[in-house]
Amino acid sequence: MANRMDKVFHTTGITKVYRTGEVEVHALRGVDAELYAGEFTVLLGASGSGKSTLLNILGGLDHATAGEAWFRDMELTAMSERELTRYRRDHVGFVFQFYNLVPSLTARENVALVTEIAKQPMKPEEALERVGLTHRLDHFPAEMSGGEQQRVAIARAIAKRPEVLLCDEPTGALDSRTGVQVLDALERINAELGTSTIVITHNAGIRAMAHRVVHFADGNIAEVTTNDTRVAASEIVW
Amino acid sequence: MRALDRKLFRDIRRLWAQSLAIAAVLSVGVMIMVMAFGTQRSLTETRDTFYDRARFADIWSQAARAPKTLVEEIAAIPGVARVEPRISQYAVMDLPDMDDPAMAQILSIPASGEPAMNALIVKEGRLPGFGRRDEVVVNEAFALAHDYGPGDALSVTLNGQKRDVRIVGVVLSPEFIYTIGPGSIMPDDERFGILWMAEDVLAAAFNLSGAFNSVTLSVTRGTDLAPVKDALETLLKPYGGTGPYDREQQISNAFLDGELEQLDVMARIVPPIFLVVSAFLVNMVLGRLIQLEREQIGLLKALGYSTGEIAAHYLKLSLGIGALGVALGWLMGLIASQAMASVYVEYFHFPYLVFVQRPSVYVIGAAAGLIAALAGALMAVRRVVGLSPAVAMSPPAPTRFRRGLFDRLIRVFRPEQPTMMIMRAIGRWPLRAALTSFGISISAAIIVAGLFMFDSFDELLDVAFVQANRQDAILEFALERPEEVLDAIEDLPGILVAEGSLSIPARLHHGHYTRTIGIEAARPDNDLVRVFDGDDRVEVAPEHGIVLAKRLAGHLDVGVGDMVEIEFLQEGDTRYRVPVTGTVAQFFGLSAYMDLETASRLLGQAPRVTLSNVVIDDAQRADLFEAVKASPAISGITYMSEVREGFDETIAESAGITLTIYTFMAALIAIGVVYNSARIQLSERARELASLRILGFTRGEVSYILLGELFILTLVAIPVGLVMGYGMAAAMVESFKSDLYALPLIVTDTTYWRAAGVVAGATVVSALIVRRRIDRMDLVAVMKTRE
Repeated sequence: MANRMDKVFHTTGITKVYRTGEVEVHALRGVDAELYAGEFTVLLGASGSGKSTLLNILGGLDHATAGEAWFRDMELTAMSERELTRYRRDHVGFVFQFYNLVPSLTARENVALVTEIAKQPMKPEEALERVGLTHRLDHFPAEMSGGEQQRVAIARAIAKRPEVLLCDEPTGALDSRTGVQVLDALERINAELGTSTIVITHNAGIRAMAHRVVHFADGNIAEVTTNDTRVAASEIVW
Repeated sequence: MRALDRKLFRDIRRLWAQSLAIAAVLSVGVMIMVMAFGTQRSLTETRDTFYDRARFADIWSQAARAPKTLVEEIAAIPGVARVEPRISQYAVMDLPDMDDPAMAQILSIPASGEPAMNALIVKEGRLPGFGRRDEVVVNEAFALAHDYGPGDALSVTLNGQKRDVRIVGVVLSPEFIYTIGPGSIMPDDERFGILWMAEDVLAAAFNLSGAFNSVTLSVTRGTDLAPVKDALETLLKPYGGTGPYDREQQISNAFLDGELEQLDVMARIVPPIFLVVSAFLVNMVLGRLIQLEREQIGLLKALGYSTGEIAAHYLKLSLGIGALGVALGWLMGLIASQAMASVYVEYFHFPYLVFVQRPSVYVIGAAAGLIAALAGALMAVRRVVGLSPAVAMSPPAPTRFRRGLFDRLIRVFRPEQPTMMIMRAIGRWPLRAALTSFGISISAAIIVAGLFMFDSFDELLDVAFVQANRQDAILEFALERPEEVLDAIEDLPGILVAEGSLSIPARLHHGHYTRTIGIEAARPDNDLVRVFDGDDRVEVAPEHGIVLAKRLAGHLDVGVGDMVEIEFLQEGDTRYRVPVTGTVAQFFGLSAYMDLETASRLLGQAPRVTLSNVVIDDAQRADLFEAVKASPAISGITYMSEVREGFDETIAESAGITLTIYTFMAALIAIGVVYNSARIQLSERARELASLRILGFTRGEVSYILLGELFILTLVAIPVGLVMGYGMAAAMVESFKSDLYALPLIVTDTTYWRAAGVVAGATVVSALIVRRRIDRMDLVAVMKTRE
């Protein structure tokens, strides 16, 4: 496992302003954050508190209006579109609330979508095995439950052996039982592969399984707490 | 196979109906390109090879009677490579298998046994033997029309003497690839044949021993023809020369050129229409697909796929559709080329029609098709792949409708909500609505442009055979005859009326414009053959002055009141200045009209005639034919009714096919556009429509909202398309115009209605197909899907 105190991300004064018509929305107001390698970090906060925006910027999906964001020694905020694509391809795995699988591809093929362009990927079958879907290899998304779809999405995210796994409300669309299965998968990936994992949720129960919890309010970080004892995913209930 | 490519194939499979509709439209463009270019190239190549091997002449001229001693002088003209004097005459034939007399053009074969130029390709039998005075060879088309071969006999009236001759061979000649008799407008191989026989026989019969009345020249490569023609004209003028002409005016070659020109126009004008429409369709369908897959695009980006890779993915999809269209187009082009070849074999008599399937034609067709598909895709792809992944993955904001001017306009009519929805949809995406409407209007335009020709032919036939030419037949004289010959004609059995006309080869000058033409000189009281000005009034050539065909006036850049100079080719260099007193619409040839008295005075001779227009008493037809066959003066007879029948037959043959083809092509476009629009609308508005169904709207009402827009767009498109079609027809008339003929621009209401009907029908059919989908919509499933 990587040294806990290695910073994987750090930001200074990250600001993001969205303009829709005449309205300006300040999604982030000068966020200074530090996230550590190998940790399971949970970003908590009400809807609109800015956590998704920060995650998108850290994942190279969006540009900041001002401030700096660093991934190790790479300054994300200074990167071109092409460099960001490279960065996402080589370093980041994403899991979204609505799974975002390609409906016309099977589970195996959805994972292959990533393994085909990654540097040192695991086999799609291996990735699916890690999330417990060996029996669903050749099913299309429409033939799977929400939890299964989300686990395919996780398999797809980890198949490239990313350094960081960014999850935006991975259980948001799931009920408690399937949600736990997904969290369990994430927990195991974090433990077994040492992948730094950042999970957005507004489900406060999930915070118990994190190393570190970052609380968001009104576009900024309100509080950062750490858990001395973590609760296993399987014990979480909501 | 890569996962992304798998997605590609599944997408194409899912969109098969739409892909096929686009591919079908695309394939027509490719097909026409392959067919027209292929046919044109094959035809050009075949012609060039044939001309080359058969030593097709470069310059021709006729004369009344020129001594053979002149040949040396002609050969001495700089640039002349070869000269061949010959005898060319028209004559009446009496055929064993036909009561009516037929007409022949008889050409001499030199004593050497073979023409030095315009070589005869023997298809069957042999050329006439030396000293065999009764042997002839005939052109293949004539032989086929009568099922003649070596050994068959017929008789021909040479200068009044009936001679029995025997066919010893069937031949092809580069001079008669397209055979058309004098005064005809369509080939009639039954009634017009070419005969070749020994020169001494013809010389004896026509008093041309030691003389010739026709000459052909070939020139050395790169020689400028104009000075050669001038020199030849000067040499022949004292001997009744009628003015040299080159390949451009040689009838058979001119028709062939006209055909090649039409193929060229077809290959250049028609395919782009189809290619543009398919590009538009690809754009529409792909644009929608990409919008639907916005989130997937965002996802792919999040996964690390570059913008280029994602763009390539969708471009490949369009290429897949393009490839399908190209493959279909190739196949249809191959079939159509062969069909065209068989048509050409019927009308153009080549010794061989090498139908080369040139790979380059297919490559060009494929490139055009794929480029069209790609162009359509590029525009669609560009819009979306530029989005940043975070934006792409969040669902698009609801479309903003505004209360604009258009909206206020609609409100005036206080429509019900469904109509309001239709109107707002049009007002919200005006460009899309306009393009859809434009696509549909192209389909209407194609029908008008394809079918107007039959309206034009009708008009042309009416003018040619009902209004202008009211004679039953034309009798042609071998030589100019004094006008009194008409009295003798009227004495022939069965002749009710006989009027005369004199054809004078002449050159008209106006400034630096000149044109060699035939002047028709007739008595002002002649009533059987009339010419009309633009407003259907009969135009009679006045005592002083000349009436010109409109196209001729255009070539000379003269109008009514201007002066032109006439130079008679059989005379000295004298030019006579006369005023242009009128212009007339003329569809065939380029003629000028004069009063016979005036023309004769200028020529310094008593009025003479070269042909007689006659009205015949049908009861005595057989007797008349016998008399004509026996008459030394008459070298040919043309029946107007048969000319017309030939024309009608040809048109009837092609009308059905043409109608089917154009209707098919237009329907393809209309269905391609309407079906795709409807499917896209359905996918965009499925949720909205499902909500309405849940609110209690009936299937019919919901269909109305979706399809009503398309009906409105079709309604707008039809009149626009009809106007466009008229414009295309006008452009075609203009581009087909040649010295040989011109089509009148006529589009009847029937054609307009037909075009409107086909387009409306195609729209309804497409709507019905989509309506089935609306009816089957699974409301719950639709409502559950995330936008």
